[in-house]
Amino acid sequence: MTRIGVLGIQGAYLKHEHVLKELGIQSVIVKYAAQLDKLDGLIIPGGESTVISRQLGFRLSWEDLYSFSKEKGVFGTCAGLILLGNGGSDPRVRQLGVLDAAIERNAYGSQIESFSEDVALSFDSKPFHAVFIRAPKILSWGKNVQVLATLKNRPVMIRQDKLLGAAFHPELTDDVRIHEYFIQMCEQ
Amino acid sequence: MEKSSYEVKVGLAEMLKGGVIMDVTNVDQAKIAEDAGAAAVMALERIPADIRLYGGIARMSNPEMILKIKEAVSIPVMAKCRIGHFAEAQILEELGIDFIDESEVLTPADEENHIWKHDFKAPFVCGCRDLGEALRRIGEGAAMMRTKGEAGTGDIVEAVRHMRDVNRGIRRLQMMDKEELMAEAKRLGAPFSIVEIVAQKGKLPVPNFAAGGVATPADASLMMQLGAEAVFVGSGIFKSDDPASRAEAIVKAVTYYNDPAVLLDVSKGLKDAMVGKPAKELPDDEKLAKRGW
Repeated sequence: MTRIGVLGIQGAYLKHEHVLKELGIQSVIVKYAAQLDKLDGLIIPGGESTVISRQLGFRLSWEDLYSFSKEKGVFGTCAGLILLGNGGSDPRVRQLGVLDAAIERNAYGSQIESFSEDVALSFDSKPFHAVFIRAPKILSWGKNVQVLATLKNRPVMIRQDKLLGAAFHPELTDDVRIHEYFIQMCEQ
Repeated sequence: MEKSSYEVKVGLAEMLKGGVIMDVTNVDQAKIAEDAGAAAVMALERIPADIRLYGGIARMSNPEMILKIKEAVSIPVMAKCRIGHFAEAQILEELGIDFIDESEVLTPADEENHIWKHDFKAPFVCGCRDLGEALRRIGEGAAMMRTKGEAGTGDIVEAVRHMRDVNRGIRRLQMMDKEELMAEAKRLGAPFSIVEIVAQKGKLPVPNFAAGGVATPADASLMMQLGAEAVFVGSGIFKSDDPASRAEAIVKAVTYYNDPAVLLDVSKGLKDAMVGKPAKELPDDEKLAKRGW
């Protein structure tokens, strides 16, 4: 049975866990290195990237996450996308650098600029209601990176092998298609 | 593209879960808070303990000071307006604040009415002592609730009471027959439509955080174990003898709130917590939690 963890340092981790449970997936909130051992995939949730970055190295190290993301599926939403990326951030946030894309933090401004918008998905014909909260922007991306959703011609969801990143929050809506897509990635 | 919908407002509250929101009064404190792992800062001229000490009318902070803090940090910045003072809220929204706290810590501008928060683009957080008060504020458009506690005392007793009251109120609703919900809504003085949602889901429709009296990592853990989804720390950090290490310890205590080994680890070596004042010893007219209804 597929087991997917949700990094539980800070942010909307319980919302992701709720979606996984709805989909019948065994799910665990990950706060310690040893919890990664039996997982097929990991979601790094939205929250504040500074907070998550600052606390990695306490009971769960960067090296643990790095080696996990080299082998298994990892899905980063918002702050999680920033942590997966390899540039575009600021010195306050360390990045894993496993996803070949530059991500700019909080690229739209303060909360009153946050928004929702229906975006087209490359793998499904029905659009997805995407919620962007103080969202990051994907500034540039490498050749191995596949664009799965765009907003105004700019990618908002990308994939590179078993790594998936979204600038928005699929866990805040009842639409489970993106989580299903990630689960399939982990099962491949 | 839809901005400022209720969904988008509550979305930011969701992102702050599992985090610590710290009161700061200047740029240096804001940077210490961000470095220590604060999920957001609350910019205000005086922390609640000093508002008690100095007396006078406590108003919205000087916008210039809030803007300087906004420039200095990358995390969300919140600020307080007086209960019912929608003009202060308009100013805060105009300067691009991320969250407005319609707060009993400031001197109320209206003793009968709270702000109609649905009219604003910025999200609001409000304090509550029990379920009825929480649902009234949510009815007015609050996107996040917090316990009132008793700010500036360093005494956790009121925050515990308020969190337990809210949760007990929710459990009561869950046990009720549909026929009983209208009478309960009347008793609570709460909007029926929201009473129905809470009875069905067994939780508030917006995140519920702890505030008012948190001074130690153990206090933060206690509130999280009682069901708080994040923690505000006001006077507790910058009134202590070691703000930076205490801030960091409280951040870790919120993430690992149910791990006594971590709690022991982060509680060791801290210097003295704020001295504080028992909430019980405050005369009634000095109790901030009594402001608003």
